[in-house]
Amino acid sequence: MKKLLIASAVAASIASSAAAAEDIKIGVILGFTGPIESLTPAMGASAELAMEEVTKSGKLLGGSKVTSVRGDSTCTDSAAATAAAERLVTSDKVNAIMGADCSGVTGAILQNVARANGIVMVSPSATSPALSTAEDDGLFFRTAPSDARQGQVLAEILKDKGVKSAAMTFTNNDYGKGLAESIQKNFESIGGKITISAAHEDGKGDYSAEVGALAQAGGDVLIVAGYLDQGGKGIIQGSLDSGAFDTFVLPDGMIGDSLPVAIGSALDGSYGTVPGTDSKGAEDFKKMASDAGIKTDAFSAESYDAAALIMLAMQAAKSSKSGDLKAKIMDVANAPGEKILPGELGKALEILAGGGEIDYVGATAVELIGAGESAGNYREILVKGGKNTTAKYR
Amino acid sequence: MNFLNAITLIGNYLFIPGLTYGCQLALGALGVTLIYAILRYSNFAHGETMAFGTMVTIFATWGLQKLGVSLGPLPTALIAMPVGILMTVVLCLVSDRVVYRYHRKQRSDPVIFLIASIGVMFLYNGLIRFVIGPDDQIFTDGERFIITAREFKTLTGLKEGLAFKTTQGITIVVTAVIVAALFWFLNKTRTGKSMRAYSDNEDLALLSGINPDRVVMVAWILTAALATIAGTLYGLDKSFKPFTYLQILLPIFAAAIVGGIGSPVGAIAGGFVIAFSEVAVTFAYRKFVSYLAPESWQPDGLLQLLSTDYKFAVSFSILVIVLLVRPTGIFRGRSI
Repeated sequence: MKKLLIASAVAASIASSAAAAEDIKIGVILGFTGPIESLTPAMGASAELAMEEVTKSGKLLGGSKVTSVRGDSTCTDSAAATAAAERLVTSDKVNAIMGADCSGVTGAILQNVARANGIVMVSPSATSPALSTAEDDGLFFRTAPSDARQGQVLAEILKDKGVKSAAMTFTNNDYGKGLAESIQKNFESIGGKITISAAHEDGKGDYSAEVGALAQAGGDVLIVAGYLDQGGKGIIQGSLDSGAFDTFVLPDGMIGDSLPVAIGSALDGSYGTVPGTDSKGAEDFKKMASDAGIKTDAFSAESYDAAALIMLAMQAAKSSKSGDLKAKIMDVANAPGEKILPGELGKALEILAGGGEIDYVGATAVELIGAGESAGNYREILVKGGKNTTAKYR
Repeated sequence: MNFLNAITLIGNYLFIPGLTYGCQLALGALGVTLIYAILRYSNFAHGETMAFGTMVTIFATWGLQKLGVSLGPLPTALIAMPVGILMTVVLCLVSDRVVYRYHRKQRSDPVIFLIASIGVMFLYNGLIRFVIGPDDQIFTDGERFIITAREFKTLTGLKEGLAFKTTQGITIVVTAVIVAALFWFLNKTRTGKSMRAYSDNEDLALLSGINPDRVVMVAWILTAALATIAGTLYGLDKSFKPFTYLQILLPIFAAAIVGGIGSPVGAIAGGFVIAFSEVAVTFAYRKFVSYLAPESWQPDGLLQLLSTDYKFAVSFSILVIVLLVRPTGIFRGRSI
């Protein structure tokens, strides 16, 4: 009898180590409807590209399969986003979350769902400076830099272009406010002048009153810290119609292929910033994505990296549980270790399984600083010939 | 020169947008007021009726564009509008038949009508989102501008530009034509007169042999036409998004009540009062003053009374004041 018990215990332990190959689910919470809906399909697909790559390699935790479960953050409605996240965590039982996208809903999900359930979140695009200091129990990371950094970069660009004064409008939420404050602080510290900083609401039909107020304040350019499918577009259209401004400064929420198409040639000469690097990783990722039939846009690369980091941390922690993997995200993202580019996730998993160390570079030259956010490389965008073109990297 | 600059500035940012918006509100408020005058309730489904008419017009516009029909510099939607009006008339008459007629026979309270109309609003709401979706649709074509700000500057040599969009011009002209036709109809034709009689005193009108069903039907036809035209003009000038038609319902009601609900002249006046006060109160007058004032008086601040966030608050403040001081509205409509 004793023998039998031991034998069955041994058998059970063998079985459990073999059963380490599990079905891992990663929640992908993005605003598939709402103000950045033109960007999110590519973001979601990019994250799923990383999952597919890992699943195919068969090297994660003894050949585990990773599947994505999508949820809609709506980008603006915190209650809806929280409900979507709650569903992913409690009923779909996701191991970790790749998302959310917009800063307001990301904060809401972090506080209401992620912290309550101990689930790791890696956001590809939430950029509000307020998230750097939010209580997160070590669960929140982002592959996008904080807007505190974007404000610096934009101020530098404005200075280089010889802009002395600028009017600014921002979308009335966490993202817009945080970014606007950062731009104003940095621009004024280098001697520029913000003539007005006015909020606008998304989803309105008519922005002529807002444009009127901005035009009266005046300025060389208009900084539009909004969303490209929403109020930001309305403000630009209104400004062009009334002849109030000719040149627009477009932070990351305004960068996407749909904006130059919607506005037309009048947008030529406007410029902006979006997180990005000219590293080899960015090239590799672009090629991989286009081979997979994904039309990459802003934040696609960040999404791939966010998903990759989650899975690499799982391997490093030898566990797919958020509670274990949260301590490993910074390790796999930063030096020391072997540098890992997109498409090399299989290799990375192998190194980690062998007890080695990696430094995930990925598609966006990931380097996590502070409380777990990207250090921030930006692509300076110039709208030329009805297209977003890259002027240089900063 | 400075004086001309100041005038141009006000014209560009305040007068033209205000006038256009006022026309759109006035047409909307006329529809609300007509229903109130004849059927004696506040039709909350009016915003969605506008959206429905616009939606059908958009489909007709796309169809025409596919066939290669165009009006040259004018938007194709203008010739597509009759289709929109026709479908909206059908929708309104069916709704009346299915929902409102029962309550009319029961002689229900106005508040019951009102709540029924909220139900109808949600129904339309869902129908529109089901057919065309919740997204922005842009269906403007033809010339975008009558004159652009830059052309105006080179033409006049002024520092300020004056932009005048084709859609703004069309809105103003169409509104003038429609309003003139409506007043002619109400004051000169037999049917119009019978409608006014019915509105003034229902029992007396019935005694004098006016057919109530006919009056109600004509009221719905007029309302559907007004709603479609108002909605299409708004959509052409701004952009079509179902949600904004729900939002515009509030200023429309404010306009109808401020002007005096039940009074067509009041609806038009109310539309302009609401539109201009929304734009004028939230406008920043710094540049305007700087053109007129001597150099030493140049203002530092923006000279803005209220931030543009409070745009809707302005129309509601006016509404509250009017209801307190003169509940019948400017043109002595009925009190609610």
